[in-house]
Amino acid sequence: MERRTIFPQRGLPALLVAPQLAVTIVFFFWPAAQAIRLSFEQQDPFGLSTVFVGLDNYAALLADASWRASAARTLVFCASVSVLSMALGLVFAVFADQELRGRAIYRMLLIWPYAVAPALAAVLWILLLHPQIGLLGRGLDHVLAWFGARWDYKIDGAQAMLAVILASAWKQVSYNFIFFLAGLQSIPRAVTEAARMDGAKGWRRFRTITLPLLMPTMVFLLVVNVTYAAFDTFGTIQAMTQGGPGTSTETLVVKVYRDGHDNGDLGGSSAQSVVLMVLVIALTAAQFRAFGRERD
Amino acid sequence: MATLDLQGVRKSFGTTHVLHGIDMTLADGEMVVIVGASGCGKSTLLRIVAGLETPSAGRVLLDGRDVTQAEPSARDMAMVFQNYALYPHMRVFDNMAYALRIRGLSREEIARRVQEAADMLGLDALLDRKPRQLSGGQRQRVAMGRAIVREPKLFLFDEPLSNLDAKLRVQMRAEIRRLQRRLGITSLYVTHDQTEAMTLGDRLLVLNQGHAAQLAPPMEIFERPADTHVATLIGAPAMNLFAATLTQGGTVAVLENGAVIRLGARYPGQDGAALTLGIRPEHVAIAPDGMPLEVDLIEPLGSETLIHGRIADGASVVLRVVGPASLQALRIALPADALHVFDGETGKRVETVSRPAMAG
Amino acid sequence: MRANWAAHAVLLFGVLLFAVPVWLIVAGATQDTDAIARGELSLLPHLSGLGIFGSVLREGATGVPPVWRMLLISFGMAMVIAVGKIAISLLSAFAIVFFRFPFRLVCFWLIFVTLMLPVEVRIVPTYEVMSSLHLIDTFSGLTVPLIASATATLLFRQVFVALPDELVEAARMDGAGPWRFFRDIVVPVSSTSLAALFVILFVYGWNQYLWPLLVATDPKLQTVVVGIVRMVGVEGVTEWNRVMATATLALLPPIAVVLLMQRWFVRGLTEGEK
Repeated sequence: MERRTIFPQRGLPALLVAPQLAVTIVFFFWPAAQAIRLSFEQQDPFGLSTVFVGLDNYAALLADASWRASAARTLVFCASVSVLSMALGLVFAVFADQELRGRAIYRMLLIWPYAVAPALAAVLWILLLHPQIGLLGRGLDHVLAWFGARWDYKIDGAQAMLAVILASAWKQVSYNFIFFLAGLQSIPRAVTEAARMDGAKGWRRFRTITLPLLMPTMVFLLVVNVTYAAFDTFGTIQAMTQGGPGTSTETLVVKVYRDGHDNGDLGGSSAQSVVLMVLVIALTAAQFRAFGRERD
Repeated sequence: MATLDLQGVRKSFGTTHVLHGIDMTLADGEMVVIVGASGCGKSTLLRIVAGLETPSAGRVLLDGRDVTQAEPSARDMAMVFQNYALYPHMRVFDNMAYALRIRGLSREEIARRVQEAADMLGLDALLDRKPRQLSGGQRQRVAMGRAIVREPKLFLFDEPLSNLDAKLRVQMRAEIRRLQRRLGITSLYVTHDQTEAMTLGDRLLVLNQGHAAQLAPPMEIFERPADTHVATLIGAPAMNLFAATLTQGGTVAVLENGAVIRLGARYPGQDGAALTLGIRPEHVAIAPDGMPLEVDLIEPLGSETLIHGRIADGASVVLRVVGPASLQALRIALPADALHVFDGETGKRVETVSRPAMAG
Repeated sequence: MRANWAAHAVLLFGVLLFAVPVWLIVAGATQDTDAIARGELSLLPHLSGLGIFGSVLREGATGVPPVWRMLLISFGMAMVIAVGKIAISLLSAFAIVFFRFPFRLVCFWLIFVTLMLPVEVRIVPTYEVMSSLHLIDTFSGLTVPLIASATATLLFRQVFVALPDELVEAARMDGAGPWRFFRDIVVPVSSTSLAALFVILFVYGWNQYLWPLLVATDPKLQTVVVGIVRMVGVEGVTEWNRVMATATLALLPPIAVVLLMQRWFVRGLTEGEK
């Protein structure tokens, strides 16, 4: 997409682009290049010198059972968060699309949660799920105690995973709601009416007409949700479980932080960063393709 | 095959009253065209018949059965939408088969009906295409095909031709009429185009701001319009209207410019009653002893010429002359047997109280 | 409008799903921290406890500066990021779309690529860079690196490319140079996108966690989101009522921004990228 009409100046535009380019190079490309460089090196135990080790760090990564476990965990986490938050977002959007009294108020009340920080979502859910303090958590703990189990996401790995999934999905519903609603509203009313005239009622109409026409939106949202779950949930997980207990909620992004920041393993952590970069690039490319198709 | 009965149908949206009590009966196999300007309520009326809206008052009966509150799917009616409303994600074949699949018809029956409709509409080669690969005219035919395969009790058309170019419109108009006649399905057709109305309808329902102005066969509407609104809606160029006063015991009308027009019959009313006289452009006569007309504009159309002008007090007149003409100053007369008389205040048609005197 | 009880039920559930947790912290803030620790957190506020908000604003909590300070930092950060990003992106998009200059396409792709590199992916090296530039524990360090990503630039680029040619030509015939054209035509035409982006970027800047965590170790530069997580800190000594009061205060500005600019926000989100 190019323009036919342009201004003739040459120096001016370079000047206009300079600020963004400057920040981009200093704070994006330089660190990214560093990460790539570091990923090919290994520090000695005293941190005094570095040695070029080629692809050793990557090989070690792929061989590292804990990294593979983290990758698998991230997959499960991303899938769960995406499915849960998209399903809820879709259900709310379908009902908010109908002719209802108070429709505008419902929409407003389902859109504001977009503003909640991922880290704060974690705090909210701690106050719900905490085994001693939480509004739901303490009741849950009592109930489970009758069966000889406990509710404590600080101790039980699976429960911790459930807790962070819930908090992360909860935060994202609003975003999905907004996009699904826009998608539903872009379906021409006459097409839905034609389906009604043809005898398609309720669920059947939804399944054969609405859902297929909503497919581009769904694909786009899937990519966005997976990206969100993989990266933007760092604050949520860190605030709620810090990746624990043990490593049960340590997704890839949390692992990079732990290994690099907490444990000082620059080479390994850089290799992880590079792998994540590749993942992000693939996801973003997919997102652009999906968004382009949605706009048709 | 079915009869349709509308009884006292009214519709209001909040404080906006859109329909003010419509009564109409469609005979089996009849095609009635609802015609009127934008905003007159014609689409609303159609949607009430379809079940996409519910009336605020009144009933809709299909074959004697009250369907006023029934869902569209329960009414056995098929609708052709203005923008075709084809399912964009389905092939043409599936678009047409959709309703039949819902009804649980066998694969063979569905294929047979779709093929038959495709043959009727020339869609055979397009059955595998998606709507976005079709032209406007092709999409319109698919929309019709979708309605035809249903073999419904009633066809509903919501301005189906307004998105087509002029030439295609003329062609499709004829096809729709032929198809409807051949299939004999009772139909309700909505349009704002008076040519479509005249050519397609067995009867016309003229709507004026939610009121039924006239329900009659096309020629009756043309020759004896029920009020000034109908008179100017049907027929192009529109009928000329003049403000006038009744005098001489109801036999003569005097225009604002003083010209005296013989009415050729006695009309009811006091002397001095306000009237509106109407005469179609093709009936305005050129008479050497008539009113002087100052010509504003001449529009040569080849087969005829339209002459726009003004008479003495500024009232504008359009007359239609066969063949080419280039007259600068004219004298015109309004022959009594071509006059339409309407009440000056209500606009309603006024009938004579006596037969016109025979010559002599 | 048909009364549809199923729809109302579902939507009400949705509204409560989000409203209840937030109400919980509003009400919980007013309750006594020991009571909370004993498991008595309830949805009913104690009106006597309203003073907690003032207290938290003035004094903060253990290990955390006064909340008014943190709110100010967060606000400053969000505003600088939102305004800065919009300004930079407007200029860049304008340059890329309306001019031809050497390496124009290279610049475009360089900027485009940054879309794909969120902070979480470059944690360690970016910290190193910040450190060597002495930007750790500075306000610029908090904000500048977050200003240059590509989402806004791409959005504006899209809007600018769609402007009719006649508009540019008419302006040039009227004697307008690039600056006038930018100020008098391009910016006003982009106003919906501007409004939407402001909301998105303000919320983005306010809600940052990882970046301020890394870059701002000095308590004086702590943002409110980081502060809250720090307050939660070690199990057993958390002053939950203070946490909740601060969280309430921390939620108000971004929610207000979203609600006030809701219409533009939704339109901008669904018409632009991300």
